[in-house]
Amino acid sequence: MKIGVCLKQVPATDTRVVVNPTASGILTNDVKWEINPYDDYALEEAVRQKAAGKGTEVVILTVGGAETEQRLRDALARGADRVVRVDDPAMAGADALGYARALAAAAKAEDVGVLFCGRQAVDGDNGAVPAMIAELLGWSQVSWIDKLAIDGGSFTANRAAGGGAKEVVTGALPGVFTCDKGLNEPRMATLPNIMAAKKKPIVVKNLDAIGLSAGAVAPLVAETAMSLPPARPAGRKLTGDAATVAAELVRLLREEAKVI
Amino acid sequence: MGILVLCDTDGGAPRKSAYELLGKAKALGLGPVTALVLGSADVSSLGGYGADAVLHYDNAVLGTYSTGAVVKALANAIAATGAQYVLASANQVARDAFPRLSARIGAGYAVECTDLRSEGGKLVGRRPVYAGKALVDVATNSAVGLYSVRPNSFPIGASTGASAPVTVSDGGVSAADVDVKVVQTLAPEGKEVDLTEADRIVSGGRSLKSKEGFDSVVRPLAAAVHATPGASRAAVDAGYAHHGDQVGQTGKVVNPSLYIALGISGAIQHLAGMRTSRVIVAVNKDADAPIFQYATYGIVGDLFEYAPLLQKEFEKALS
Ligand SMILES: Cc1cc2nc3c(=O)[nH]c(=O)nc-3n(C[C@H](O)[C@H](O)[C@H](O)COP(=O)(O)OP(=O)(O)OC[C@H]3O[C@@H](n4cnc5c(N)ncnc54)[C@H](O)[C@@H]3O)c2cc1C
Ligand SMILES: Nc1ncnc2c1ncn2[C@@H]1O[C@H](COP(=O)(O)O)[C@@H](O)[C@H]1O
Repeated sequence: MKIGVCLKQVPATDTRVVVNPTASGILTNDVKWEINPYDDYALEEAVRQKAAGKGTEVVILTVGGAETEQRLRDALARGADRVVRVDDPAMAGADALGYARALAAAAKAEDVGVLFCGRQAVDGDNGAVPAMIAELLGWSQVSWIDKLAIDGGSFTANRAAGGGAKEVVTGALPGVFTCDKGLNEPRMATLPNIMAAKKKPIVVKNLDAIGLSAGAVAPLVAETAMSLPPARPAGRKLTGDAATVAAELVRLLREEAKVI
Repeated sequence: MGILVLCDTDGGAPRKSAYELLGKAKALGLGPVTALVLGSADVSSLGGYGADAVLHYDNAVLGTYSTGAVVKALANAIAATGAQYVLASANQVARDAFPRLSARIGAGYAVECTDLRSEGGKLVGRRPVYAGKALVDVATNSAVGLYSVRPNSFPIGASTGASAPVTVSDGGVSAADVDVKVVQTLAPEGKEVDLTEADRIVSGGRSLKSKEGFDSVVRPLAAAVHATPGASRAAVDAGYAHHGDQVGQTGKVVNPSLYIALGISGAIQHLAGMRTSRVIVAVNKDADAPIFQYATYGIVGDLFEYAPLLQKEFEKALS
């Protein structure tokens, strides 16, 4: 069985967001790009499952431009075998369902039997693409896992449930899993592996090559009018001796802010 | 036509979030509001909060969440009501089921909105992106639109006492639709309200220095103010607190009325998870810590000195 892992490049989490002049997105001139932090857990899980003999090969699937290749090389150095990068001008206007269609088609073309994704990409914070892929492929899905055991064609996973609870679930492969913090500790690339990764293949495909038309990724959702959240009113520092300050704070919380 | 509202239940009764969404759905004026309830529950109160009709899929198969059965039930409910929009509270059910439903019926999905409005007969949401560092307007252009909504986005009005007609059925699903099965439920690590729903939070950071420090300072202060304890990633990674306690961009996004940060610097990833808190209190010995730019009330000082004093004052005030 081949193992697929979906990696997306996103702005680093410490990015200061500046909205572009047309309010259609953020300015990216000064942005440092990284693999989506949750996708690091997905990659690590894929590599570990392969090492445990559950799969033969780890194939990275991504939709993105050539500028993502540096980060993809880094992911190859952390244990993946090769990359299929879908790149097509029609993807520029796509929404989550469009991305899912492209990734599902790529997963099918590569004949993967299990797919690891992040719980959400921290740019749009949708958390939508993986379950859409699962539906398009007719596969099982488990969201927000922090534990997984694969046993032949079946699996047991721990997923998040409501109110901070967890659920232990079982089901049958093929399946899509979205990975949460706590699932594993992602490794760093070592120097020899960075060197070895330079020779691993990155194949680029357009939509036509995976059997999709531009119309198949037309968006059903429009996001417009990006703005910054309202600034918080200036706060106040409390000074004086500690016991007085503590009493004053509790009084303010009760009488001024009315939150206790 | 109209809006279908997936109503969460807990212990056989609708949750607050169900009333919140019904009230908002009614106020939007985009047609009749149908409340959808999955599994056994007392649905008699829903009419008072804005439901014009109730669709009750009273089927034991839907009592425990499974993707297969719930997605099918939702698709059936949309077909039965002809709803143009479907609303659900942004919890694990919506996170798992809505994107799958979206792909199944070709419905646009607007994720985790914090505001909704109707504009020219269409539903427009506003949602945080980049961990709340920016907001966008979002609208669907498909025959059906799915909108998930963060809890506590709208006030809940008083019940009008109205009753709504209830249609009961099995929802067209059976045990054969359960794909991934729940074999065990593990209770949350703490007994407090989950962070994402907590109205008060007391968080500690790396400065607590050890798990003992966290347990003996943050947890008792949280208990004194009836709050849920939270933590920075630095505190979680150092093992002072559980993964589930982490607040921030790669932890939980919280929205309490009171957030107390003890010895937390206010890194951009931490702020992303708690910046919408109504009142923020920061205790930090560094007067230049970035958290002070967001704090409603700031105390420059040693948390080990202030936490016990605050605990005593809260105990006095709240006893
Ligand atoms: C991809 C990525 C994702 C991340 N996601 C998150 C996230 O979700 N949540 C998160 O919190 N972080 C996250 N981080 C980490 C974040 O960048 C910070 O490193 C982290 O928030 C710092 O935690 P801290 O404030 O506890 O520690 P520090 O930054 O070390 O700050 C400690 C603070 O305590 C103060 N202090 C020390 N001793 C005392 C004392 N005795 N009394 C009072 N004050 C004292 C210091 O002045 C200082 O301000 C992420 C980072 C990355 C790269
Ligand atoms: N363009 C993309 N390329 C590869 N994987 C993606 C892409 N977009 C989303 N994903 C995967 O889907 C997950 C959830 O993304 P999202 O639904 O956009 O929040 C990510 O963590 C990735 O694993």
